[in-house]
Amino acid sequence: MQEVVLALLAKEPSHGYELRARMRQALGPVGDAMNDGQIYVTLARLEKTGLVTSERSPGLPDRPDRKVYALTAAGQQRVADWLADVTWPGPAPAQFHLKLVAAAAAGLADPLTIVATQRREVLRRLRAAQRAAMAEPDRSPGGLLLEGIVLRLQADLRWLEACERHWTREEGQS
Amino acid sequence: MIGTEGSPIVRARGLCKRYGKDAGLVRAVDGIDLDVAPGETLAVMGPSGCGKSTLLHLLGGLDRPTSGELWLAGRRIDAMSERALARLRRDAVGFVFQAFHLMEELTALENVELPALLADRSPRAARRRAACVLDRVGLADRASFLPSALSGGQRQRVAIARALANEPLVVLADEPTGNLDSEAALSVLRLFESLHEAGQTLVIVTHDARIAATADRMLTMRDGDFVDETRLTGGSTGSLGTLAGLEG
Repeated sequence: MQEVVLALLAKEPSHGYELRARMRQALGPVGDAMNDGQIYVTLARLEKTGLVTSERSPGLPDRPDRKVYALTAAGQQRVADWLADVTWPGPAPAQFHLKLVAAAAAGLADPLTIVATQRREVLRRLRAAQRAAMAEPDRSPGGLLLEGIVLRLQADLRWLEACERHWTREEGQS
Repeated sequence: MIGTEGSPIVRARGLCKRYGKDAGLVRAVDGIDLDVAPGETLAVMGPSGCGKSTLLHLLGGLDRPTSGELWLAGRRIDAMSERALARLRRDAVGFVFQAFHLMEELTALENVELPALLADRSPRAARRRAACVLDRVGLADRASFLPSALSGGQRQRVAIARALANEPLVVLADEPTGNLDSEAALSVLRLFESLHEAGQTLVIVTHDARIAATADRMLTMRDGDFVDETRLTGGSTGSLGTLAGLEG
Protein backbone atom coordinates (compact mmCIF):
# COMPACT_ATOMS: atom_id res chain seq x y z
CA MET A 1 0.00 0.00 0.00
CA GLN A 2 2.82 2.45 0.87
CA GLU A 3 4.48 2.05 -2.53
CA VAL A 4 1.15 2.39 -4.32
CA VAL A 5 0.42 5.70 -2.60
CA LEU A 6 3.94 6.93 -3.33
CA ALA A 7 3.62 6.00 -6.99
CA LEU A 8 0.26 7.76 -7.26
CA LEU A 9 1.93 10.88 -5.86
CA ALA A 10 4.70 10.73 -8.47
CA LYS A 11 2.47 12.48 -11.03
CA GLU A 12 2.18 15.72 -9.02
CA PRO A 13 1.70 16.95 -5.45
CA SER A 14 -1.88 16.06 -4.48
CA HIS A 15 -4.52 16.14 -1.80
CA GLY A 16 -5.40 12.87 -0.10
CA TYR A 17 -8.84 12.80 -1.69
CA GLU A 18 -7.34 13.15 -5.17
CA LEU A 19 -5.17 10.09 -4.54
CA ARG A 20 -8.22 8.22 -3.33
CA ALA A 21 -10.15 9.14 -6.49
CA ARG A 22 -7.26 8.00 -8.73
CA MET A 23 -7.10 4.71 -6.89
CA ARG A 24 -10.85 4.16 -7.15
CA GLN A 25 -10.73 4.89 -10.86
CA ALA A 26 -7.98 2.31 -11.37
CA LEU A 27 -9.62 -0.40 -9.27
CA GLY A 28 -13.22 -0.20 -10.46
CA PRO A 29 -15.60 -2.41 -8.44
CA VAL A 30 -12.66 -4.10 -6.70
CA GLY A 31 -12.05 -0.82 -4.86
CA ASP A 32 -15.55 -0.70 -3.37
CA ALA A 33 -14.43 -2.60 -0.29
CA MET A 34 -11.51 -0.23 0.28
CA ASN A 35 -11.51 1.79 3.46
CA ASP A 36 -11.22 5.47 2.55
CA GLY A 37 -9.29 6.21 5.74
CA GLN A 38 -6.50 3.88 4.65
CA ILE A 39 -4.90 6.44 2.35
CA TYR A 40 -4.66 9.05 5.12
CA VAL A 41 -3.17 6.54 7.56
CA THR A 42 -0.63 5.55 4.92
CA LEU A 43 0.21 9.19 4.11
CA ALA A 44 0.81 9.92 7.80
CA ARG A 45 3.21 6.97 8.04
CA LEU A 46 5.04 8.02 4.89
CA GLU A 47 5.44 11.53 6.24
CA LYS A 48 6.87 10.22 9.49
CA THR A 49 9.48 8.16 7.63
CA GLY A 50 10.44 11.13 5.46
CA LEU A 51 9.20 9.79 2.11
CA VAL A 52 6.61 12.55 1.65
CA THR A 53 6.21 16.10 2.87
CA SER A 54 3.00 18.03 3.28
CA GLU A 55 1.98 21.67 3.09
CA ARG A 56 -1.29 23.21 4.17
CA SER A 57 -3.30 24.75 1.39
CA PRO A 58 -5.81 27.40 2.42
CA GLY A 59 -9.30 25.94 2.84
CA LEU A 60 -12.55 27.31 1.49
CA PRO A 61 -14.86 29.10 3.93
CA ASP A 62 -16.92 25.97 4.54
CA ARG A 63 -13.98 23.56 4.64
CA PRO A 64 -10.95 23.07 6.83
CA ASP A 65 -7.45 23.54 5.41
CA ARG A 66 -6.30 20.63 3.30
CA LYS A 67 -2.85 19.15 3.16
CA VAL A 68 -1.09 18.83 -0.16
CA TYR A 69 1.36 15.94 -0.17
CA ALA A 70 4.52 15.69 -2.29
CA LEU A 71 7.30 13.13 -2.70
CA THR A 72 10.69 13.79 -1.13
CA ALA A 73 13.89 12.71 -2.92
CA ALA A 74 13.88 9.55 -0.79
CA GLY A 75 10.25 8.97 -1.79
CA GLN A 76 11.12 9.29 -5.47
CA GLN A 77 13.94 6.78 -5.04
CA ARG A 78 11.54 4.36 -3.33
CA VAL A 79 9.09 4.61 -6.25
CA ALA A 80 11.89 3.94 -8.74
CA ASP A 81 13.00 0.88 -6.72
CA TRP A 82 9.43 -0.39 -6.52
CA LEU A 83 8.87 -0.09 -10.27
CA ALA A 84 12.07 -2.07 -10.91
CA ASP A 85 11.21 -4.73 -8.33
CA VAL A 86 10.16 -8.12 -9.78
CA THR A 87 8.54 -9.59 -6.67
CA TRP A 88 5.35 -11.28 -7.84
CA PRO A 89 2.60 -11.20 -5.25
CA GLY A 90 0.25 -14.10 -4.96
CA PRO A 91 -0.82 -16.93 -2.73
CA ALA A 92 1.89 -19.52 -2.36
CA PRO A 93 0.55 -23.04 -2.92
CA ALA A 94 2.99 -24.52 -0.39
CA GLN A 95 0.67 -24.09 2.57
CA PHE A 96 -2.26 -25.86 0.93
CA HIS A 97 0.03 -28.57 -0.38
CA LEU A 98 1.44 -29.20 3.11
CA LYS A 99 -2.10 -29.28 4.52
CA LEU A 100 -2.92 -32.18 2.20
CA VAL A 101 0.31 -34.01 2.98
CA ALA A 102 -0.18 -33.60 6.73
CA ALA A 103 -3.86 -34.61 6.62
CA ALA A 104 -3.02 -37.76 4.68
CA ALA A 105 -0.03 -38.70 6.82
CA ALA A 106 -1.91 -38.35 10.11
CA GLY A 107 -5.12 -39.84 8.75
CA LEU A 108 -6.86 -36.66 9.95
CA ALA A 109 -8.93 -36.06 6.84
CA ASP A 110 -9.26 -37.29 3.28
CA PRO A 111 -7.12 -35.07 1.02
CA LEU A 112 -9.68 -35.56 -1.76
CA THR A 113 -12.41 -34.09 0.45
CA ILE A 114 -10.20 -31.10 1.24
CA VAL A 115 -9.47 -30.63 -2.49
CA ALA A 116 -13.17 -30.87 -3.41
CA THR A 117 -14.17 -28.35 -0.73
CA GLN A 118 -11.44 -25.96 -1.80
CA ARG A 119 -12.46 -26.32 -5.44
CA ARG A 120 -16.05 -25.28 -4.65
CA GLU A 121 -14.74 -22.27 -2.75
CA VAL A 122 -12.52 -21.25 -5.68
CA LEU A 123 -15.44 -21.71 -8.08
CA ARG A 124 -17.61 -19.38 -6.00
CA ARG A 125 -14.84 -16.79 -6.01
CA LEU A 126 -14.47 -17.23 -9.75
CA ARG A 127 -18.17 -16.60 -10.12
CA ALA A 128 -17.96 -13.39 -8.04
CA ALA A 129 -15.02 -12.10 -10.10
CA GLN A 130 -16.48 -13.14 -13.46
CA ARG A 131 -19.83 -11.54 -12.74
CA ALA A 132 -18.11 -8.34 -11.61
CA ALA A 133 -16.16 -8.41 -14.90
CA MET A 134 -19.42 -8.83 -16.84
CA ALA A 135 -20.82 -5.74 -15.13
CA GLU A 136 -17.81 -3.59 -16.09
CA PRO A 137 -17.75 -1.60 -19.33
CA ASP A 138 -15.32 -2.91 -21.97
CA ARG A 139 -11.72 -1.72 -21.70
CA SER A 140 -12.07 -0.19 -18.22
CA PRO A 141 -9.08 -0.40 -15.84
CA GLY A 142 -11.32 -2.13 -13.29
CA GLY A 143 -12.20 -4.78 -15.88
CA LEU A 144 -8.53 -5.41 -16.61
CA LEU A 145 -7.85 -6.00 -12.92
CA LEU A 146 -10.79 -8.42 -12.71
CA GLU A 147 -9.38 -10.28 -15.72
CA GLY A 148 -6.19 -10.81 -13.71
CA ILE A 149 -8.15 -12.16 -10.76
CA VAL A 150 -10.17 -14.49 -13.00
CA LEU A 151 -7.09 -15.88 -14.76
CA ARG A 152 -5.39 -16.62 -11.44
CA LEU A 153 -8.44 -18.40 -10.08
CA GLN A 154 -8.52 -20.50 -13.25
CA ALA A 155 -4.89 -21.43 -12.68
CA ASP A 156 -5.74 -22.38 -9.07
CA LEU A 157 -8.52 -24.65 -10.36
CA ARG A 158 -6.13 -26.39 -12.73
CA TRP A 159 -3.69 -26.98 -9.92
CA LEU A 160 -6.51 -28.37 -7.73
CA GLU A 161 -7.26 -30.81 -10.56
CA ALA A 162 -3.63 -31.91 -10.48
CA CYS A 163 -3.93 -32.37 -6.69
CA GLU A 164 -7.06 -34.43 -7.21
CA ARG A 165 -5.31 -36.72 -9.72
CA HIS A 166 -2.31 -37.17 -7.44
CA TRP A 167 -4.31 -38.02 -4.30
CA THR A 168 -6.64 -40.30 -6.22
CA ARG A 169 -3.58 -42.31 -7.30
CA GLU A 170 -2.19 -42.31 -3.76
CA GLU A 171 -5.44 -43.69 -2.36
CA GLY A 172 -5.54 -46.34 -5.05
CA GLN A 173 -2.11 -47.57 -3.94
CA SER A 174 -2.71 -47.69 -0.19
CA MET B 1 -49.29 -29.76 -23.75
CA ILE B 2 -46.26 -28.48 -21.84
CA GLY B 3 -45.10 -29.70 -18.39
CA THR B 4 -46.90 -28.41 -15.34
CA GLU B 5 -45.73 -25.34 -13.47
CA GLY B 6 -42.50 -25.92 -11.50
CA SER B 7 -41.83 -29.42 -12.85
CA PRO B 8 -38.44 -29.91 -14.51
CA ILE B 9 -38.00 -28.76 -18.10
CA VAL B 10 -35.55 -31.60 -18.60
CA ARG B 11 -35.55 -34.83 -16.61
CA ALA B 12 -33.28 -37.83 -17.11
CA ARG B 13 -33.10 -41.12 -15.23
CA GLY B 14 -30.37 -43.68 -15.81
CA LEU B 15 -29.52 -42.09 -19.14
CA CYS B 16 -26.93 -44.03 -21.16
CA LYS B 17 -25.35 -43.66 -24.58
CA ARG B 18 -22.92 -46.33 -25.73
CA TYR B 19 -20.97 -46.67 -28.95
CA GLY B 20 -19.21 -49.73 -30.33
CA LYS B 21 -19.09 -53.06 -28.58
CA ASP B 22 -16.85 -55.56 -26.78
CA ALA B 23 -13.36 -54.13 -26.32
CA GLY B 24 -14.34 -51.05 -28.35
CA LEU B 25 -17.33 -50.19 -26.16
CA VAL B 26 -17.46 -46.49 -25.24
CA ARG B 27 -19.81 -45.40 -22.47
CA ALA B 28 -20.14 -41.77 -23.57
CA VAL B 29 -23.00 -41.15 -21.15
CA ASP B 30 -23.09 -43.65 -18.34
CA GLY B 31 -26.23 -43.70 -16.20
CA ILE B 32 -26.98 -40.03 -15.62
CA ASP B 33 -29.83 -38.65 -13.48
CA LEU B 34 -30.63 -34.99 -14.03
CA ASP B 35 -33.35 -32.42 -13.40
CA VAL B 36 -33.23 -28.93 -14.87
CA ALA B 37 -35.67 -26.55 -13.20
CA PRO B 38 -37.54 -23.85 -15.10
CA GLY B 39 -35.53 -20.63 -15.19
CA GLU B 40 -32.34 -22.32 -14.05
CA THR B 41 -28.94 -21.78 -15.66
CA LEU B 42 -27.04 -25.05 -15.42
CA ALA B 43 -23.44 -25.61 -16.48
CA VAL B 44 -21.96 -29.01 -17.24
CA MET B 45 -18.19 -28.84 -17.13
CA GLY B 46 -15.61 -31.41 -18.05
CA PRO B 47 -12.60 -32.10 -20.27
CA SER B 48 -13.08 -32.92 -23.93
CA GLY B 49 -14.22 -36.50 -24.39
CA CYS B 50 -16.02 -36.67 -21.02
CA GLY B 51 -19.38 -37.07 -22.78
CA LYS B 52 -20.82 -33.61 -22.16
CA SER B 53 -21.62 -32.85 -25.81
CA THR B 54 -23.23 -36.27 -26.23
CA LEU B 55 -25.31 -35.56 -23.14
CA LEU B 56 -26.44 -32.22 -24.56
CA HIS B 57 -27.43 -33.86 -27.86
CA LEU B 58 -29.47 -36.45 -25.96
CA LEU B 59 -31.21 -33.80 -23.83
CA GLY B 60 -32.19 -31.84 -26.93
CA GLY B 61 -33.42 -34.88 -28.84
CA LEU B 62 -30.69 -34.64 -31.50
CA ASP B 63 -29.52 -38.11 -30.59
CA ARG B 64 -31.20 -41.18 -29.03
CA PRO B 65 -30.14 -42.75 -25.74
CA THR B 66 -29.09 -46.43 -25.65
CA SER B 67 -31.11 -46.81 -22.44
CA GLY B 68 -32.70 -44.77 -19.69
CA GLU B 69 -35.68 -42.46 -19.46
CA LEU B 70 -35.78 -38.88 -20.68
CA TRP B 71 -38.43 -36.18 -20.49
CA LEU B 72 -38.44 -32.84 -22.26
CA ALA B 73 -41.09 -30.30 -21.29
CA GLY B 74 -42.92 -33.02 -19.38
CA ARG B 75 -43.07 -35.43 -22.33
CA ARG B 76 -41.20 -38.68 -22.52
CA ILE B 77 -38.88 -38.47 -25.54
CA ASP B 78 -36.53 -41.47 -25.36
CA ALA B 79 -38.95 -43.61 -27.35
CA MET B 80 -40.90 -40.86 -29.14
CA SER B 81 -41.46 -41.15 -32.89
CA GLU B 82 -38.97 -39.32 -35.09
CA ARG B 83 -41.64 -37.01 -36.40
CA ALA B 84 -43.07 -36.03 -33.02
CA LEU B 85 -39.55 -35.56 -31.67
CA ALA B 86 -38.63 -33.27 -34.55
CA ARG B 87 -41.68 -31.12 -33.86
CA LEU B 88 -41.02 -30.94 -30.11
CA ARG B 89 -37.37 -30.09 -30.76
CA ARG B 90 -38.38 -27.28 -33.09
CA ASP B 91 -40.90 -25.81 -30.63
CA ALA B 92 -39.21 -26.37 -27.28
CA VAL B 93 -35.43 -26.30 -27.80
CA GLY B 94 -32.95 -23.69 -29.03
CA PHE B 95 -29.41 -24.85 -29.85
CA VAL B 96 -26.22 -22.78 -29.75
CA PHE B 97 -22.99 -24.32 -31.06
CA GLN B 98 -19.33 -23.40 -30.79
CA ALA B 99 -18.99 -22.96 -34.56
CA PHE B 100 -22.18 -20.83 -34.84
CA HIS B 101 -23.61 -22.90 -37.75
CA LEU B 102 -25.09 -19.88 -39.54
CA MET B 103 -26.08 -20.05 -43.19
CA GLU B 104 -23.36 -17.99 -44.86
CA GLU B 105 -25.48 -16.94 -47.84
CA LEU B 106 -28.31 -15.57 -45.68
CA THR B 107 -28.32 -12.25 -43.84
CA ALA B 108 -28.43 -12.10 -40.04
CA LEU B 109 -32.17 -11.41 -40.16
CA GLU B 110 -32.84 -14.28 -42.61
CA ASN B 111 -30.87 -16.68 -40.44
CA VAL B 112 -32.92 -15.72 -37.42
CA GLU B 113 -36.30 -15.99 -39.15
CA LEU B 114 -35.56 -19.46 -40.51
CA PRO B 115 -36.77 -21.45 -37.47
CA ALA B 116 -40.11 -19.58 -37.43
CA LEU B 117 -40.59 -20.22 -41.15
CA LEU B 118 -39.81 -23.91 -40.63
CA ALA B 119 -42.44 -23.91 -37.87
CA ASP B 120 -45.01 -22.75 -40.46
CA ARG B 121 -45.35 -19.21 -39.15
CA SER B 122 -46.41 -16.68 -41.75
CA PRO B 123 -43.48 -14.88 -43.40
CA ARG B 124 -44.67 -11.64 -41.89
CA ALA B 125 -44.87 -13.07 -38.35
CA ALA B 126 -41.48 -14.75 -38.80
CA ARG B 127 -39.89 -11.48 -39.90
CA ARG B 128 -41.40 -9.54 -37.03
CA ARG B 129 -40.24 -12.10 -34.53
CA ALA B 130 -36.73 -12.21 -36.05
CA ALA B 131 -36.39 -8.43 -35.92
CA CYS B 132 -37.52 -8.49 -32.30
CA VAL B 133 -34.97 -11.10 -31.14
CA LEU B 134 -32.15 -9.50 -33.16
CA ASP B 135 -32.91 -6.31 -31.28
CA ARG B 136 -32.85 -8.24 -28.04
CA VAL B 137 -29.29 -9.47 -28.70
CA GLY B 138 -28.24 -5.91 -29.58
CA LEU B 139 -27.83 -6.43 -33.33
CA ALA B 140 -30.84 -4.64 -34.82
CA ASP B 141 -28.40 -2.48 -36.84
CA ARG B 142 -26.71 -5.57 -38.34
CA ALA B 143 -29.89 -7.21 -39.64
CA SER B 144 -28.92 -6.98 -43.32
CA PHE B 145 -25.30 -8.13 -42.84
CA LEU B 146 -24.04 -11.50 -44.03
CA PRO B 147 -22.33 -13.58 -41.31
CA SER B 148 -18.98 -13.03 -43.02
CA ALA B 149 -19.29 -9.29 -42.35
CA LEU B 150 -19.81 -9.83 -38.61
CA SER B 151 -17.27 -10.38 -35.80
CA GLY B 152 -17.17 -13.73 -33.98
CA GLY B 153 -19.06 -12.37 -31.00
CA GLN B 154 -21.72 -10.87 -33.26
CA ARG B 155 -22.11 -14.14 -35.18
CA GLN B 156 -22.63 -16.03 -31.96
CA ARG B 157 -25.22 -13.48 -30.86
CA VAL B 158 -27.05 -13.97 -34.18
CA ALA B 159 -26.94 -17.72 -33.51
CA ILE B 160 -28.40 -17.10 -30.05
CA ALA B 161 -31.13 -14.93 -31.58
CA ARG B 162 -31.91 -17.80 -33.94
CA ALA B 163 -32.08 -20.19 -30.98
CA LEU B 164 -34.61 -17.85 -29.36
CA ALA B 165 -36.73 -17.39 -32.48
CA ASN B 166 -39.42 -19.90 -31.51
CA GLU B 167 -39.44 -18.95 -27.82
CA PRO B 168 -37.95 -22.25 -26.68
CA LEU B 169 -38.48 -23.68 -23.20
CA VAL B 170 -34.78 -24.41 -22.97
CA VAL B 171 -31.64 -23.17 -24.71
CA LEU B 172 -28.85 -25.76 -24.98
CA ALA B 173 -25.39 -24.31 -25.65
CA ASP B 174 -22.31 -26.37 -26.54
CA GLU B 175 -19.05 -24.44 -25.87
CA PRO B 176 -20.76 -21.19 -26.88
CA THR B 177 -17.63 -19.10 -26.28
CA GLY B 178 -15.11 -21.67 -27.53
CA ASN B 179 -14.29 -19.72 -30.70
CA LEU B 180 -14.33 -16.25 -29.13
CA ASP B 181 -11.70 -13.96 -27.63
CA SER B 182 -12.30 -12.89 -24.06
CA GLU B 183 -14.05 -9.62 -24.90
CA ALA B 184 -16.50 -11.32 -27.29
CA ALA B 185 -16.98 -14.11 -24.73
CA LEU B 186 -17.98 -11.50 -22.17
CA SER B 187 -20.58 -10.07 -24.56
CA VAL B 188 -22.10 -13.54 -24.99
CA LEU B 189 -22.08 -14.14 -21.22
CA ARG B 190 -23.79 -10.79 -20.65
CA LEU B 191 -26.44 -11.84 -23.13
CA PHE B 192 -26.96 -15.17 -21.35
CA GLU B 193 -27.25 -13.25 -18.08
CA SER B 194 -30.02 -11.06 -19.51
CA LEU B 195 -31.82 -14.18 -20.79
CA HIS B 196 -31.47 -15.71 -17.33
CA GLU B 197 -32.99 -12.61 -15.75
CA ALA B 198 -35.88 -12.87 -18.19
CA GLY B 199 -36.53 -16.42 -16.92
CA GLN B 200 -35.02 -18.41 -19.82
CA THR B 201 -33.92 -21.95 -18.88
CA LEU B 202 -30.36 -22.51 -20.06
CA VAL B 203 -27.96 -25.46 -20.14
CA ILE B 204 -24.34 -24.73 -21.07
CA VAL B 205 -21.69 -27.40 -21.57
CA THR B 206 -18.11 -26.19 -21.51
CA HIS B 207 -14.56 -27.13 -20.56
CA ASP B 208 -14.01 -23.54 -19.38
CA ALA B 209 -14.48 -22.97 -15.63
CA ARG B 210 -14.85 -19.27 -16.23
CA ILE B 211 -17.96 -19.81 -18.35
CA ALA B 212 -19.34 -22.52 -16.08
CA ALA B 213 -18.93 -20.34 -12.98
CA THR B 214 -21.53 -17.87 -14.26
CA ALA B 215 -24.28 -20.51 -13.85
CA ASP B 216 -26.49 -21.13 -10.80
CA ARG B 217 -25.38 -24.72 -10.55
CA MET B 218 -22.45 -26.57 -11.98
CA LEU B 219 -22.08 -30.27 -12.61
CA THR B 220 -18.64 -31.72 -13.24
CA MET B 221 -18.53 -34.61 -15.67
CA ARG B 222 -15.85 -37.31 -16.08
CA ASP B 223 -16.03 -40.46 -18.17
CA GLY B 224 -19.75 -40.17 -18.86
CA ASP B 225 -20.95 -39.46 -15.33
CA PHE B 226 -21.26 -36.53 -12.92
CA VAL B 227 -18.60 -36.50 -10.23
CA ASP B 228 -19.43 -33.24 -8.46
CA GLU B 229 -22.28 -30.81 -8.06
CA THR B 230 -21.64 -27.25 -6.91
CA ARG B 231 -24.30 -24.68 -6.18
CA LEU B 232 -22.70 -21.38 -7.07
CA THR B 233 -25.36 -18.97 -5.86
CA GLY B 234 -25.12 -17.67 -2.31
CA GLY B 235 -22.47 -18.48 0.25
CA SER B 236 -19.77 -16.66 -1.68
CA THR B 237 -16.85 -15.78 0.55
CA GLY B 238 -14.10 -13.22 0.28
CA SER B 239 -14.59 -9.73 -1.09
CA LEU B 240 -13.18 -8.77 -4.45
CA GLY B 241 -10.68 -6.59 -2.59
CA THR B 242 -9.27 -9.65 -0.83
CA LEU B 243 -9.11 -11.55 -4.11
CA ALA B 244 -7.12 -8.70 -5.62
CA GLY B 245 -4.61 -8.69 -2.75
CA LEU B 246 -5.73 -5.28 -1.50
CA GLU B 247 -5.75 -6.14 2.19
CA GLY B 248 -3.67 -4.15 4.71
